[in-house]
Amino acid sequence: MTGFLEFVKGCGRQVVSGGRAYRLWIGALLALIVVGGVAYAHQARTGLIATNMRDQVSWAFYIGNFTFLVGVAAAAVLLVIPAYVYQWKPLKEVVVLGELLAISALTMCLLFILVDMGRPDRFLHIMPLLGTPNWPRSMLTWDALVLHAYLFLNLTLVLYLLFKTYRGEHYDRRIFLPLVLLSIPLSISTHTVTAFLYNGMAARAYWNASILAPRFIASAFCSGPAVMIILFQILRRTNGLPIKDEAIWKIAELMSYAMFVNLFLLGAELFKEYYSATEHLLYTQYFWGGIGEHRTLVPYAWASLACSVIAFVLFLVPSTRRNYVTLNLGCVLIWAGVYIEKGMGLIIPGFTPDTLGEIYEYRPTATEWAIAAGVFGIGFLVFTMLVKIAVPILVGTFRAPERTEAPSQSPAGIPAH
Amino acid sequence: MTTEKRTALPVVADAPLDPARRAFLRTAAAGAAVASMSACGVNLDDFLRRHFKELSPEELKRVLAKVEQRNRDRFGKETKVSATGARPGVEFGYGLDLSRCIGCRRCVYACVKENNQSRSNPQIHWIRVLEMDKEHGVDLARAESYYESDAVPRPGKFYFPVQCQQCRNPPCVKACPTQATWKEKDGIVVIDYDWCIGCRCCMSACPYGARHFNWATPTLPADELNPNQHYLGNRPRPKGVVEKCTFCVQRTREGRYPACLEACPVGARKFGNLLDPESEIRRVMETKRVFVFKEELATHPQFYYFYAT
Repeated sequence: MTGFLEFVKGCGRQVVSGGRAYRLWIGALLALIVVGGVAYAHQARTGLIATNMRDQVSWAFYIGNFTFLVGVAAAAVLLVIPAYVYQWKPLKEVVVLGELLAISALTMCLLFILVDMGRPDRFLHIMPLLGTPNWPRSMLTWDALVLHAYLFLNLTLVLYLLFKTYRGEHYDRRIFLPLVLLSIPLSISTHTVTAFLYNGMAARAYWNASILAPRFIASAFCSGPAVMIILFQILRRTNGLPIKDEAIWKIAELMSYAMFVNLFLLGAELFKEYYSATEHLLYTQYFWGGIGEHRTLVPYAWASLACSVIAFVLFLVPSTRRNYVTLNLGCVLIWAGVYIEKGMGLIIPGFTPDTLGEIYEYRPTATEWAIAAGVFGIGFLVFTMLVKIAVPILVGTFRAPERTEAPSQSPAGIPAH
Repeated sequence: MTTEKRTALPVVADAPLDPARRAFLRTAAAGAAVASMSACGVNLDDFLRRHFKELSPEELKRVLAKVEQRNRDRFGKETKVSATGARPGVEFGYGLDLSRCIGCRRCVYACVKENNQSRSNPQIHWIRVLEMDKEHGVDLARAESYYESDAVPRPGKFYFPVQCQQCRNPPCVKACPTQATWKEKDGIVVIDYDWCIGCRCCMSACPYGARHFNWATPTLPADELNPNQHYLGNRPRPKGVVEKCTFCVQRTREGRYPACLEACPVGARKFGNLLDPESEIRRVMETKRVFVFKEELATHPQFYYFYAT
């Protein structure tokens, strides 16, 4: 127990110490959080009228960001599957970082739900035993369940692996492997259940298509790793984390397959809507071509498609995949493409036109932007701190005091045989 | 349309699970949270209250007295808040004669007055009247709810009022994560405004745009407050919760007609007990060409449209 206390203290020291760039970064994030906090105080005082959501478009920017981030969190699995199941050496050391990203993304997801609630003071009403959750019928109760389960599983895994490595001990495969294997279906289920939240609503034809959950998974497998590839390069340069080129190229290759599936499913959906051209076409039409003078989302729709197609080509061709300029360009493009597609591009057309045919064109208010910035600030801060603790442990510079004299262990945890 | 048939539909269970255990856990585990919440100005009793269906008669009396006290504090007016339950052998049905409706929207404003809706910012209407072309029939892509005219009905147009359809298979009830909304035995879908967490899942789930959110604290002048209130109906709402048409539960459970029906100048609105063979609504259903809105979604409304002439 004293060992663990020492570990916690050491973590605290890691987080507060850092160079000028680190302090600047933390300062910028804290500034964002303050802006978000002030905006949220305003929203809490006046009500959600501080947003541009109305009865016609009753979920919007917050829920769009939530959906995108569930995808980012789910994508940690893309790194877990090959690393642990197939024992790929170059990927192993980066899995921890994937899980840290999932923890940060889930934190943001839960915060976006919180800021979207009309009565966050009544959170007890959804809790098991304390409240009256409408489980198993309500999809939101399922979503809360799987998101929390995935969050705690990731926390447990990361804490266990890091603590063991910090102590220079072997981790126990009998504890570790079942948890890792559990995290795979759980990460898929977080995104599937989130898709079902929209999918199950017969009132909204745009969402009520069985292709929705597969499309969620496919796009998540693009956006999550895109963030990871860029992060790995930053950490490799700043912290000397030994991430091999092969690892990054392998992830990029897997992403190109996911992108193909994503584009194919999108094409399948567009064909069905436009060819059959029933009254349900309206929502797809609002996104891709606009309805009359209502064309707010049209430029975003085509920008999203352009980003996805260009990124797909860049990732498909081996020479551009292995060139860091084109690789990073592809990452940014795929991120932007999925952010539009799985954010506002999913939520807003679901409500436009509304169930009685009215078209209300939604645009976020400054308050919504500020609150979203605050939430991203918190998420980035959580991620920065976790990385600040994890990376020195992985590279062997942050170790238990009794080990400081011992020679440096190999990076990441080593399984006991 | 029998009561046996309705119990087979997936509505929220009437009997809660082990209330004693839940009460204990609530008290024990919420202890720490309560201290911080009360520091933030959140009312402790409200925070620890039980679900409406779990309240004992004494607890219910206290809750109703508290709503009356809140009304006094907020509006400086005496009000009577009841929680009259569904009468046995009653299942409400509503009929709307599209051939008579002239689109005057008197029902809309009678509803606002009766049910204490927010007057502006946001303006909340539980009834939305859609103007449609006779040429195209019921086509939502061509519907206009903001029509303005010196005289109605306008030539070539017909009017299609929409409010809560009190579905037998309500998607909103299914979507609610906290059981804050449910279908009562007489068919009315109600909301406990003190239990709603404002997540708006029900609004996404409703195919009729019947659910409305209090985006801000409702603006309701004290002199326009209707003092005859029902806990699950027209009592004033706080900000951040969802509200909807309840067939005027405060009136209809006392044997009166809904306010929208009384306001209709052309008698387009019919209301009654579906289980009573002599009722007007039963006569409409047996003698007129009746249809339900968005039948393909299988929500099975208790609100029927018909053409009498």
